[in-house]
Amino acid sequence: MKAILFLASVVVILITAGMVYSLMSGAIPVFKEFGLKFIVSSEWNPTEGREAYGALPFITGTLLTSLIAIILCFPLAFSTSLFIGEYYRGTKMASLTGTMVDMLAGIPSIVYGLWGFYVLRPLIVELGWSAQGFSIFTAGVVLAIMIIPYATSITTEIIKMVSNDLKEAAYSLGATRREVIFSVIVPNARSGIFTSYILAFGRALGETMAVTMLIGNSNIIPKGIFDSGNTMASVIANQFGEADGLKLSALVAIALLLFVITGIINGIGKLIIKKYSV
Amino acid sequence: MKNLIGIIAVVLLLSSCSSGSSENVSLTAAGATFPLPFYNLAIKNYSKSAGTLLTYGGVGSGGGIRSLRDQVVDFGATDAYLNAKQEADMPAGIVHIPTCIGAVVIAYSLTGIEELKLSNENLTDIFMGRITRWNDSRIKESNPGVTLPDLAVTVVHRSDGSGTTYIFSDFMSKISVDWEKEVGKGKSLKWPVGLGAKGNPGVAGTIKQTNGAIGYIGSEFAFAQKIPVAQVENSAGKYVTPSLASISAAAKGEIPADTKVMLTCSSDPDAYPISGFTWLILYKEQAYNKRTKVQAEETVKFLSWIIEKDAQALAQQVNYAPLPEKTVAQARALLGTVVFDGQTLLK
Repeated sequence: MKAILFLASVVVILITAGMVYSLMSGAIPVFKEFGLKFIVSSEWNPTEGREAYGALPFITGTLLTSLIAIILCFPLAFSTSLFIGEYYRGTKMASLTGTMVDMLAGIPSIVYGLWGFYVLRPLIVELGWSAQGFSIFTAGVVLAIMIIPYATSITTEIIKMVSNDLKEAAYSLGATRREVIFSVIVPNARSGIFTSYILAFGRALGETMAVTMLIGNSNIIPKGIFDSGNTMASVIANQFGEADGLKLSALVAIALLLFVITGIINGIGKLIIKKYSV
Repeated sequence: MKNLIGIIAVVLLLSSCSSGSSENVSLTAAGATFPLPFYNLAIKNYSKSAGTLLTYGGVGSGGGIRSLRDQVVDFGATDAYLNAKQEADMPAGIVHIPTCIGAVVIAYSLTGIEELKLSNENLTDIFMGRITRWNDSRIKESNPGVTLPDLAVTVVHRSDGSGTTYIFSDFMSKISVDWEKEVGKGKSLKWPVGLGAKGNPGVAGTIKQTNGAIGYIGSEFAFAQKIPVAQVENSAGKYVTPSLASISAAAKGEIPADTKVMLTCSSDPDAYPISGFTWLILYKEQAYNKRTKVQAEETVKFLSWIIEKDAQALAQQVNYAPLPEKTVAQARALLGTVVFDGQTLLK
């Protein structure tokens, strides 16, 4: 038994290491050619003879869409968690809402993309926010809906786990329900809540299909959140098929950067959790 | 246990028998997505009559070239002929066999406007972002009598690398010095303006959903979906509507023996100017990577079939222009140079 567990863990580590290795070796040509300029340059020109690759437009796009997503997601997801985990805990209404939220997680991303394309995009055009509706913001809104279940379900569990003794003690001291939530439940559950939003953010960083359909795919740094742009995952999915040589290496390098960014964000998350956990 | 081994042995024996017989040889190919509907139809028909098992993967021209270079397919497919460097990267000499002619059409979405003429200057200005509204006097000049709306021009281009983009940008580079200097040609470009959408369906869908949008689409897709397309000015200064006849006319001029030529801006006065061949590519020496002679024979047999009348009629069914007689003869001559251990394979 011990041997099997050991073997399985070693395989997982090997797979991760193998991925990092292959990404690194694939990214070497482009870093040799452009050096660190690859990360800070906003020029993306795949035309033969004028090749120049910079990942900044995609890094900006990825971070902006994910940030919009997490900001929009928070009020919705957090209220839902309180609804299911505290206010209506154990009721039919809560379990129905919980099931609905979980269902959101099961919808394929292409369906979110289609919904964004045919419903959300015309709405944004109608509101006059953007001329064609393809923008960082459009992609961010759809991403926000996509990550709600990730943030909600974990937060709900964490809220439910706060010990009843603590809550009852607070009530017996005359605390109102709101005071119990913000002075007892949230401080006790904060590290868990934070983890769930880090996970949701990570999910938003890597989402591809729905974003591709809504962001406009222009390889430039967006001038505002209603301008079109592109993300790291989206540019890889779009351009991989016909890429070779230096361009292929540039795409692999973007994948490596995405890996690193996800790693950094998880790392920051872990640090904060460590600091605030009780 | 003994029984199980026996059964496995029998199954293995049987399967090895069937793959060894010449009737059921299987061929694999991969490459361009632009001629995919034609190849799918052709393969379906050919497999039925010849019994050869053929699989074609539409992975894009770049993928087709890579697959042939790595020798994992029997032949590849590409929309842009290989340049000198790409050919040098191949482990051995290859030949290009043209299979049909496609075109890139300019699709647009303007409520109430059914006919739109675009001069070469108009196209350059629109796709370089110098014309931003439809009622611009420069577009009016090419469309006397048409009331153009006061609406923003939204350029839509491909977000993925594509042979369609290659043909379009090759044409743009020929008609405009500015384009040649600032953008150039390639399967994906540094676009001065516009939105990207994935694949022909993506571009077509975005145009359809956005009033005032304009973009380029593979002709086979536009014809099949009956998408409104603009008339484009050709080298003779005539505005031409893309059609199988006007696309086919693009190949009427002089074609080099290796057929490696872009058909954009054909000198023929009836030709639609944004047209191009699509090719199947294979090694001249077919004896490589443990391939059998039967496999090589079947490969050449299929390629010699696809350039002839029956298959060319299928191409028209799915909206590609057929090869002119002269080009078919050139393609046949090229297939004659394909050998197995030095022996000609074409029958």
